[in-house]
Amino acid sequence: MTNLSFRRIREIIRKEFRQTFREPRMRVLLFIPPIMQLIIFGYAANLDVDNSLIAWCDLDHTTQSRDLLADFVGSKRFEVTHAPSTEAQVQNLLDAGSVQGAVVILPGFGRDIEHGRTTAVQVLVDGSNSNTASIIANYASSIVVSYGSKVLNQQNRDKLVGRAVNAPVHAGIPTLGMRSRIWFNPDLRSRNYFVPGVVANIIALVTLMLTAMAIVREKEIGTMEQLMVTPIRPVELMLGKTLPFAMVGIVQVSLVTTVALLLFKVPFHGSFLMLFGCAVLFLMTTLGAGLFISTISHTQQQAMLTTFLFFQPFFLLSGFAFPIRNMPLIAQYLTWLDPVRYFMEIVRGIFLKGVGVEILWPQMVALAVFGVSILSLSASRFRKKLD
Amino acid sequence: MNFVRWRAVARKEFLHIRRDPRSLALSLAVPLLLLLMFGWALTLDVDRIPTYVYDWDGTPESRALIDQFRGSRYFDIQRYVHSYAPVDKQIDLSHILMSIVVPRYYARDILEGRQADVQVILDGSDSNTASIALGYAQSVFAAYGAELRSEAQIRRGAGKLKAAVDPRIRVMYNSDLESKNFIVPGLIAVTMMIIAALLTSLTVAREWETGTMEPLLSTPLRPAEIILGKLSAFFTLGFTDMLICVLVGVFIFHVPFRGSVWFLMFSSFLFLFGALCWGILVSTLARSQLVAYQVGILTSFLPAFLLSGFIYSIENMPAVIQAITYVVPARYFVSILKGVFLKGAGIRILAVETTFLFVYASLAFLLAVKKMRQKVA
Repeated sequence: MTNLSFRRIREIIRKEFRQTFREPRMRVLLFIPPIMQLIIFGYAANLDVDNSLIAWCDLDHTTQSRDLLADFVGSKRFEVTHAPSTEAQVQNLLDAGSVQGAVVILPGFGRDIEHGRTTAVQVLVDGSNSNTASIIANYASSIVVSYGSKVLNQQNRDKLVGRAVNAPVHAGIPTLGMRSRIWFNPDLRSRNYFVPGVVANIIALVTLMLTAMAIVREKEIGTMEQLMVTPIRPVELMLGKTLPFAMVGIVQVSLVTTVALLLFKVPFHGSFLMLFGCAVLFLMTTLGAGLFISTISHTQQQAMLTTFLFFQPFFLLSGFAFPIRNMPLIAQYLTWLDPVRYFMEIVRGIFLKGVGVEILWPQMVALAVFGVSILSLSASRFRKKLD
Repeated sequence: MNFVRWRAVARKEFLHIRRDPRSLALSLAVPLLLLLMFGWALTLDVDRIPTYVYDWDGTPESRALIDQFRGSRYFDIQRYVHSYAPVDKQIDLSHILMSIVVPRYYARDILEGRQADVQVILDGSDSNTASIALGYAQSVFAAYGAELRSEAQIRRGAGKLKAAVDPRIRVMYNSDLESKNFIVPGLIAVTMMIIAALLTSLTVAREWETGTMEPLLSTPLRPAEIILGKLSAFFTLGFTDMLICVLVGVFIFHVPFRGSVWFLMFSSFLFLFGALCWGILVSTLARSQLVAYQVGILTSFLPAFLLSGFIYSIENMPAVIQAITYVVPARYFVSILKGVFLKGAGIRILAVETTFLFVYASLAFLLAVKKMRQKVA
């Protein structure tokens, strides 16, 4: 390392930039796909259930059944798109996936309520998407329960009034209320949770892929040999090959973050300095991994498939969409080995909670450890390959 | 169209794949890995929400309320604290997601028949978990509130109150509400797109890059023969992936399969054929492998992953994005897959989707042939 020449490193960096930006298509492809990914992910990755389509099968046709319908429609959670008149039609609608759920009111519903008997409402939910289904089931059942207690209150009042005309309504009956306070994301918009995660993922995938491909490309088209006969030393070659992508990575962090803030109006409570500092820590890992993949691949296709195979589990175990807490215990321990997990926690902490080093230092230490070890491991492999 | 020439190209492609055992292994390992992850490790189902309790009241009544949460499998009460400070800190650290705060005069209010408000603090950053947790908490409070009222009513001699309307919720097709049951079938579409985007879209671009495309074009091969020949190799891979997904999903992860195997085969054939032709088309246009990869990922893998209803339901997307999903072929294939696996639906119910797949497959093939012909000419 003694006679490391910065001039030579600079030359490789210059060559790399020129090669990358020479092709107009490449100039576009370096920055457009990340932004498109952000936009698609930002709009599509959404687990909120706002407006579910339901079928309303009213076999009772009374004031009471229409009141319940008004409650469903008024809740703004449901949109009644079909009004089947038989249960067979309900089944068909669910089979075809035209509606996500159906409410069936059997004859006698109104009569039962008038006579003070307990009656039932049938709610059918398409469970194919279990997440949506459980939220829809929750909404539907809370609307039915609150309709029920409205009816009950009415009857109760009638009874009390009947017994002692001057008695205050609700006399001495306690009620239990719940006041919820939701922190960090009070409207419970899943976009606020997903978009910062997408930022983390895009940075990871793009820098990983570019580094791996750039080196393997030289091998595949045979220019690696030419580089090796120049006086450039392996370390210099390595630095010259990775530093441009580190810079591209940092530019992408700012680009993607800006789009996330402007387009998706995601809150940003933390510090930008902290975000960039952690991004640099994280880039050590992705560049190191990219370098490593390049040492074990001979063709760009292999590099690509290997990157993909590596990245998928890291992405899925990072807690991006699937909470780590819900995984089986062994898988939870595996996530400790996932650098993306730490970066994900950092990015979300900075965006949503505005926490800083005092809270996030364990994650930062973990990233630093991963970065240094992966980088030095691949550096030594890279050198051996070239010597 | 000459069968011998087609077979020759196919043999060449098979040789390419055979000579590169790692790409072959990877293209079979990716689906297995995804299956393992989705079948075993990843779930959207929420339970054991880590919770702190701050019981300011400390009476038998408040403890009875907290017992309602202790009995539920959805909540995991980790500690009892005596101020807000640890709650703040642990939520910041993401160690807990929820905290129940019972107010100072809870028992008095309940016994004297007034309104008692209990506070629930939630970390909303993961909005999905938070809104499901909120739903569970609400139902605990509703049920326990009704119990309290009914007790008070009995104490006052007014007779037991009966619930007026009882919601009977029936979850169809996936009655245990397990997310793996809808994710694993959708994986078939995603892995096919991986083959299309990662293998097929590189195949022609690589020939351009390494300079073997010119010799190939100077042979008497016709465009359709080149395309079909290249396709046969990838088709075998894609179909193998599909079989792996079905067998592992059904026999190891116990995903229900209620429909017809033949219909599944037929629709997979259409979709895979279309996806691979699309991959060839991208490859013909891109000329460099990196560009082909980027375009392939952007036009086949990502839409299949995000815009097909695979995990994120289309109904919840903004209208513009919903409109875009209509041109995403994976959308139709994912509804077919879910229909065949979970609902036992056949071609009668899924006729529209099948037609779309057929149109997609023919269009993609014709376009690929046309572009290839322009290159040949």
